[in-house]
Amino acid sequence: MYHDKIEKNIGLMGVLIVVVVSFAGLAEIVPLFFIKDTTEPLADMQPYTPLELEGRDIYIREGCHTCHTQMVRPLRAETERYGPYTVAGEDVWEHPFLWGSKRTGPDLSRIGGRYSDDWHFVHLMNPRDVVPESNMPGFPWLDENLLTGELTEDKLRAMQRLGVPYTDEMIEGAGETVKDKTEAEALITYLQSLGRER
Amino acid sequence: MSSLLSWYIIFIVAINIIGCVALLYFTRKKKAIAAENETTGHVYDGIEEYDKPMPRWWLIMFYITIVFGVIYLVLYPGLGAYQGVLGWSQEGQYEEQVADADARYLPLFREFAAVPIEELLDEPRALKMGQTIFVNTCFGCHGSDARGAPGYPNLTDDAWLYGGHPEAIKTSIAKGRMGVMTGWKDALGDDGLRDVTNYVLSLNEVERRFDRDLASQGESQYQQICAACHGPDGKGNQALGAPDLTDAIWLYGGSYNLIRDTIAYGRQGVMPAHDEILSPEKIHLVAAYVYSLSHEQADASAESGEEEP
Repeated sequence: MYHDKIEKNIGLMGVLIVVVVSFAGLAEIVPLFFIKDTTEPLADMQPYTPLELEGRDIYIREGCHTCHTQMVRPLRAETERYGPYTVAGEDVWEHPFLWGSKRTGPDLSRIGGRYSDDWHFVHLMNPRDVVPESNMPGFPWLDENLLTGELTEDKLRAMQRLGVPYTDEMIEGAGETVKDKTEAEALITYLQSLGRER
Repeated sequence: MSSLLSWYIIFIVAINIIGCVALLYFTRKKKAIAAENETTGHVYDGIEEYDKPMPRWWLIMFYITIVFGVIYLVLYPGLGAYQGVLGWSQEGQYEEQVADADARYLPLFREFAAVPIEELLDEPRALKMGQTIFVNTCFGCHGSDARGAPGYPNLTDDAWLYGGHPEAIKTSIAKGRMGVMTGWKDALGDDGLRDVTNYVLSLNEVERRFDRDLASQGESQYQQICAACHGPDGKGNQALGAPDLTDAIWLYGGSYNLIRDTIAYGRQGVMPAHDEILSPEKIHLVAAYVYSLSHEQADASAESGEEEP
């Protein structure tokens, strides 16, 4: 057949490899852009408040997602422990999503309201103060660092551009609302917001 | 899923499978033209390359994967909106798991839920189940041994903020509790704080070191401010969750400085509500386990329960 032509023409071979590889993507990924389950938020879903969004950025900065997932799989053992399983709609506004892939610590997608703010604070400063067997590191600097709020409005605007329904009024002055709050406060507010969708 | 999208997926999947078959078909044709030891004609430094057909075993495996793929697509969802002959779905599989577990465990849960907590103390199995739920759900604050941590009550002693009878424990678990003590730094001032702290120490049944003069100065302020919740005798009030100040148990620490801090800045103790996290049957079992921790007769039966296989 035409093996000769393909084998001797690396450019053509490259193009054909891309065509072959993209077949799976065309069938498995492209349709997701058009299915309601994966493109529409759940009913009553609220975007993060400015403070929660700042907390989320700290969550990312400290690498919480490397040890904690935010994805409850549809398995009974998981829903017994963590709560209702994750559906695509609740992550429509997550940029980037924080599903994670490894659980050194427990899943956090339903953690909101399960512990008090005070507990979270003590636990973030030194987890062993409340859970002696914990191997999570402490994050004492979160109580010392203050948010400046300088970038908060830009962050919200970026989210707005990505399709999160922030109105201009919500963005206006958002920096002021988070200014001088501690990073711990922001992170705890974010953690307490997890799971309110389901 | 719209039917257009569905057909789009079916189309790509079909092309994919047909493409694989075609690829095999065309490369297989070579076998006919492959005469003995025919070469591709490439010569590199005198080394030539045979032009042999694919090994048969390899080809057969390729065919098997194609057949497998087709059978899979008939049985399971994969072709657009087509649900497959077996009707399998991820949600369906999950619900089946849950239904199976309910069929196995719910009768037991219901059986125990109908028994008053006092009587469950004689049911090692119920306490064991309660303990399992406890170490999964409650360990974070109360510890896996239920002995608590600063700010989080020890559940194994007989001191109770909101009452230790079974119904009170169940309410604490299901509805949560909000313990609020305001700070009195501004109202009392530094001297006042010192006096009241001394008076609180003087109330304690454990012999504490305190200054008698300062304590008697603090008494009137205690009666004015603190007695409303903690009672004139300092015995506390379980209706409000106000702790007994006369016993040896201090939720936030019993040193002079910590008591002073508590009075100065107040404390917020929050037990989150669990009625949306745990089913009523489970709350019943956890309450029974917690109740058993402070009742000796139950301790004995729980231990014997552990010895059972």
